[in-house]
Amino acid sequence: MAGAATLEGRVSASATRFEGRVATSDSGLVKSAILFVSLTFFAVFILLPLILVFVEAFRKGWQAYFAALVDPDALSAVRLTLLAAAIAVPLNLIFGIAAAWAIARFEFRGKQFLITLIDLPFSVSPVVAGLVYVLVFGAHGWFGGWLQDHDIRIIFAVPGIVLATIFVTFPFVARELIPLMQSQGRDEEEAAITLGASGLQAFWRVTLPNIKWALLYGVILCNARAMGEFGAVSVVSGHIRGETNTMPLHVEILYNEYQFAAAFAVASLLAFLALVTLVLKSYVEWQAARTASGEQH
Amino acid sequence: MTIEIDHITKRFGTFRALDDVSLDLPRGELVALLGPSGCGKTTLLRIIAGLENADTGRILLDGNDATDKHVRERHVGFVFQHYALFRHMSVFENVAFGLRVKPRKVRPAEAEIRRRVMELLDLVQLSWLKDRFPAQLSGGQRQRIALARALAVEPQVLLLDEPFGALDAKVRKELRRWLRRLHDELHISSIFVTHDQEEALEVADRIVLMNRGRIEQIGNPRQIYEEPSTSFAYSFIGNVNAFRGRVEGSNVRIGSDLLPHARTDLAEGEPVVAYARPHDTEIVSDGPEAAGVAARVNRVLTNGSVSRVELIANGPERDGAKDYFEVEVGAEELSRLGLANGQRVRLQSRRLSLFPDHQQGRSS
Repeated sequence: MAGAATLEGRVSASATRFEGRVATSDSGLVKSAILFVSLTFFAVFILLPLILVFVEAFRKGWQAYFAALVDPDALSAVRLTLLAAAIAVPLNLIFGIAAAWAIARFEFRGKQFLITLIDLPFSVSPVVAGLVYVLVFGAHGWFGGWLQDHDIRIIFAVPGIVLATIFVTFPFVARELIPLMQSQGRDEEEAAITLGASGLQAFWRVTLPNIKWALLYGVILCNARAMGEFGAVSVVSGHIRGETNTMPLHVEILYNEYQFAAAFAVASLLAFLALVTLVLKSYVEWQAARTASGEQH
Repeated sequence: MTIEIDHITKRFGTFRALDDVSLDLPRGELVALLGPSGCGKTTLLRIIAGLENADTGRILLDGNDATDKHVRERHVGFVFQHYALFRHMSVFENVAFGLRVKPRKVRPAEAEIRRRVMELLDLVQLSWLKDRFPAQLSGGQRQRIALARALAVEPQVLLLDEPFGALDAKVRKELRRWLRRLHDELHISSIFVTHDQEEALEVADRIVLMNRGRIEQIGNPRQIYEEPSTSFAYSFIGNVNAFRGRVEGSNVRIGSDLLPHARTDLAEGEPVVAYARPHDTEIVSDGPEAAGVAARVNRVLTNGSVSRVELIANGPERDGAKDYFEVEVGAEELSRLGLANGQRVRLQSRRLSLFPDHQQGRSS
């Protein structure tokens, strides 16, 4: 959230001032108690599991680790995860910009409904989302017969996984862009048009540069979720090894078969992805905050 | 270019923003659209630019129907109240924008763009800021850059939406004088929207006074100030004392007071509002038979050769309502009257303008 990032910056500045005064600062005991509680919580519930993933992954040594990763089923899972993300993220990038554009720039009937609809994937359990696709496209679903007649497989096949991934990651980009575009208003775009720019020129030269950090932030989150999604994908996948298994599903299968080292090896890839996401996210937040504070003067 | 606005109507839901507005503007003038907020002046400006569509009516630019023309083809320059500078571009690139987005065939060469932009920055006297970003400029500087940017595409008409509305009073005064000088140099047909009567009176060649989606009066600043043609025009422009009452022969009866007037075309008993400018209002001493509106001196503000006397009238005959009046009095007159705070006097007017009073007519 680019907005939240800038807000954080401002809050921390005022917090320093607040802390600096004797009159408004708390006693040392209170401060250390709060710090202790939050740090302990963080260490036990977040840091420890993260470390454990890597420790478990390497328990049987480097060779077992790499063997688990180059296993054909594992490679296939990695490929499928990358494929799902490679389709879902660009599509949601486009959907997200289009939805945010429509909501921020135009007044129309049912706008509030559309905003609610965009949030639906956040509020509904991913398992339900998966089940809905089964009901619609599955063998006994609405379009099941027609799909079978035309020899199109969606459920228990790659298209189903891609669809489920698109569904659960839909809100990320739109949710980042809507508040930003609403606060920026349409003045700059109107100015561009009066200066002779075409709609496309106005978008590339004015709109996009103004939203790029929020957009990137949304894409990063969208990508992280696309690669990590378990529930919805699990329902539509059918768990066919080497065919319809994504990385999270593969981890589960290995774990259920008591292949702990292999399970954690694949899991470590996902954890690594999470760390990369965090670094990227922090960088984007920092950039967004810098741009926003540049506008303050 | 000449601008013809032909029976334009615009609704937002049930709200009538513009109600059958027609207006002809000649070439090369600086015109002010003046009115209170919500009177439709900004909507009219945006319809002329093409940023908004009218429900009915036509816009003619230089005699050609532009109603269905795209904003890009209207050759208008638009200046926004909040500048709308491109925040991620330097000042130079902001001004160059209109030239850079031209189709390749008509786009000037880089050297020519550079020359034109620097020329415009010189015109607005801000060439030393060319590498800054909008965030690093003051409000007044931003608006001048916005103007330079609008001028870069050599518009046939310049439209300014409350151009000084977001600036503080001092910068505002400077900028409007500067805009007037700039207009005298360039002679480009310009329309600016404002709710500040002082701004309109000081800068414009012609003022279009608007209220509730309609045009109340069109005229030069002198006409607008000295010969207001409607009740609204009288009360909106300049300071004015309003007396509400009913016609009684050659007087207006206000409560138990009588105010003489010179009109002969008014029906007996008609509710009217009588307006008098502070410098056309007289203070006379109170007496049992004296004509005029009874009032009490509240304050005397001496400020140079002319003093302003603030008076209050209230009491049972006004249903407890308090009315404030203002009278401008010369130094000599003031010493002759020898006013003291709280003193009872009567007000008369040398020049009283009467209008039918719909507000009063409805309530009684």
